[in-house]
Amino acid sequence: MPPRSVPPPRVGLFATCLMNLFRPNIGFATVKLLEEAGCTVEVPAAQTCCGQPGYNSGDFDAARALAKQLIKVFEGFDYVVGPSGSCMATIRLDYPKLFENDADWLPRAEALAAKSWELLSFLAEVRGVTTVSASYAGTATYHDSCSGLRSLGIKQQPRLLLGAVNGLALTEMRDAEVCCGFGGTFCVKYPEISGRMVDEKIANIDATGADTLLGGDLGCLLNMAGRLKRQGSTVKVFHAAEVLAGMATGEGIGGAPK
Amino acid sequence: MKISSPQFKEKSVIALADPRLRQALGQSRKGFVNKRAELVGELPEFERLRDEARDLKNHVLDNLDHYLERYEAAVTAAGGHVHWARDAEEARCIILNICQRVNAKTITKGKTMVSEEIGLNEALEAGGYTVVETDLGEYIIQLAHEPPSHIIAPAIHKTKEQVSELFEAAHGGPRKSSVADLVTEARLVLRDKYFQADVGITGGNFLVAETGSSIIVTNEGNGDLTQTLAKVHIVTSGIERIVPTLEDVALFLRILARSATGQETETYTTLSTGPRRPDDVDGPEEYHVVLVDNGRSKMLGGKFQDMLRCIRCGACMNHCPVYGAIGGHAYGWVYPGPMGAVLTPLFVGLDATYDLPNACTLNGRCESVCPVRIPLPQLLRELRHMQHQQGIRPQGEQRALGAWRFVAERPSLYQFANRLAARVLGRLGGSKGRIASLPFARAWTDSRDMPAPEGKTFLEQWQAR
Repeated sequence: MPPRSVPPPRVGLFATCLMNLFRPNIGFATVKLLEEAGCTVEVPAAQTCCGQPGYNSGDFDAARALAKQLIKVFEGFDYVVGPSGSCMATIRLDYPKLFENDADWLPRAEALAAKSWELLSFLAEVRGVTTVSASYAGTATYHDSCSGLRSLGIKQQPRLLLGAVNGLALTEMRDAEVCCGFGGTFCVKYPEISGRMVDEKIANIDATGADTLLGGDLGCLLNMAGRLKRQGSTVKVFHAAEVLAGMATGEGIGGAPK
Repeated sequence: MKISSPQFKEKSVIALADPRLRQALGQSRKGFVNKRAELVGELPEFERLRDEARDLKNHVLDNLDHYLERYEAAVTAAGGHVHWARDAEEARCIILNICQRVNAKTITKGKTMVSEEIGLNEALEAGGYTVVETDLGEYIIQLAHEPPSHIIAPAIHKTKEQVSELFEAAHGGPRKSSVADLVTEARLVLRDKYFQADVGITGGNFLVAETGSSIIVTNEGNGDLTQTLAKVHIVTSGIERIVPTLEDVALFLRILARSATGQETETYTTLSTGPRRPDDVDGPEEYHVVLVDNGRSKMLGGKFQDMLRCIRCGACMNHCPVYGAIGGHAYGWVYPGPMGAVLTPLFVGLDATYDLPNACTLNGRCESVCPVRIPLPQLLRELRHMQHQQGIRPQGEQRALGAWRFVAERPSLYQFANRLAARVLGRLGGSKGRIASLPFARAWTDSRDMPAPEGKTFLEQWQAR
């Protein structure tokens, strides 16, 4: 914890599209964790999407338009934090690339990128969080989502934090770093290939015997949860933030509502 | 080589349903991945070597004209000939002319992907020549009349049983079942061909500007026999495969074998410098190098120059989960996997290759193992950008993207649409909390349930606190 004289950092929460629509619980868990880590949290109402679907589809103009919108909404905060490695990697790494030839916007994009963080790495690296008050009875395996892992270097942070959860045992699956087959629009453009990839992921999850699957990106979690449920699996799926905040109750993603 | 990339989707679905392909791919790729990880782990300076290799390749590409001229001068000084081919047709003509002039009948080939790129075998066979592939994998697919499905393991898609069947049909029985027996059988058949060969054609892993040498690495020694025993040796290579000095080759050899097959070094590393000299005990009478451009020079100085660093190790495809699911043939041309998804559209055009840059989750595992640090996901994104600018995209997708942008640029509308979707999907999810079938999202719900929203979006719940 920083000394008392330092004012708490003002964090703008980036409510990622999938979280906002499919799993608000992750958003509230994020707010709770940030507040417990000594931040004041605000959620700007004018936010929409970071623009990644446009960027990854090759529509760089659309991505730039949404990036400008997001920069304007969030640049006044000390930090921008979101519960997704994928969206935050877009802001951190891709925004500066999108404006590399724009002298007006490049500094703003770079300034925002420098203070934008994925939630779990923000807690572990910026706020120095090592303990959590949550408990969870179960054995979980953690899927490393690709953007967070390879673009932002998120690997140990979630494991360190989850290791502090009372009652939670972590077990590693084989090929935890291999893509689950989500890939944004990939999973609906190439459903058969995506289906094979998620099946291989699920075979690795099952092989661990874990009763819970955790991850840091809702897109991947929706994909894996959807396939697990289709197969009749009882494995519960949660975002790591839900477990860390003690809000992983009920049947999890794709399960019956609380 | 004929391109079938427009049939990517159909071919990938067929590939996914092929249990023998799954078996063949699963075993070999896991071997490559595990061995690479083990070998890289034993070399603490590996990451530094990757940086050095990247930087050196960049230097060569920035000064390619200089190094190519130096290379040509060195080859000529050693008594060899350099031929410049602007495209595949010129390359084929040059090689056919040489074969005709020396009155060749039998031609042996070491593995060369450039020869696949320029459609050389078809042209030679149409010219009446007997063409024998001597790399075991290439030999197998030649018997099967199939294109390669991997750049270093062309027959990776074949199981041992399939090879056994092919050999029995081609060589007559008795049928062999062990890998060792199959290899021995192929060796015995191929041995005679080396001595019959008038022309031996190989690729070039590296072309050394300093000495005019071409270098190939193999695990079977077939390349040595191909290039040493024939009267004429023809090297086919892309113009980008130049390295300045022999010293530099050492750097690349250290990362190539580890990245490709997970070996410290390949079994044979063979240097060829010019034809046989008067005092040499063996070697070809003529030595030719056909330097193929075929779209490479257009990549210089632009967004895709990074791709020219590629040393053809295959690590990207070994680690690609999409390649792992569908194998190489679905990509529809010479180069499969991530490097092929970048190269193929650049070499044969964007129109016939829509799926290649798109059939990728941008997971980045390829870039994380590329020995020369090619930013493959970013290059695939750039290709998508070119497709977007040129209007090469199914209309439905184009419209969906336009609608998404329109809504996402208007926060109030965006939140209204999300609130609506949360209610509708939430209701459809009912007490189960998931949706088994959605008519407009079949691509998702055919193989997965859709976890249902809670009913209200995060933003509206937050605002209503």
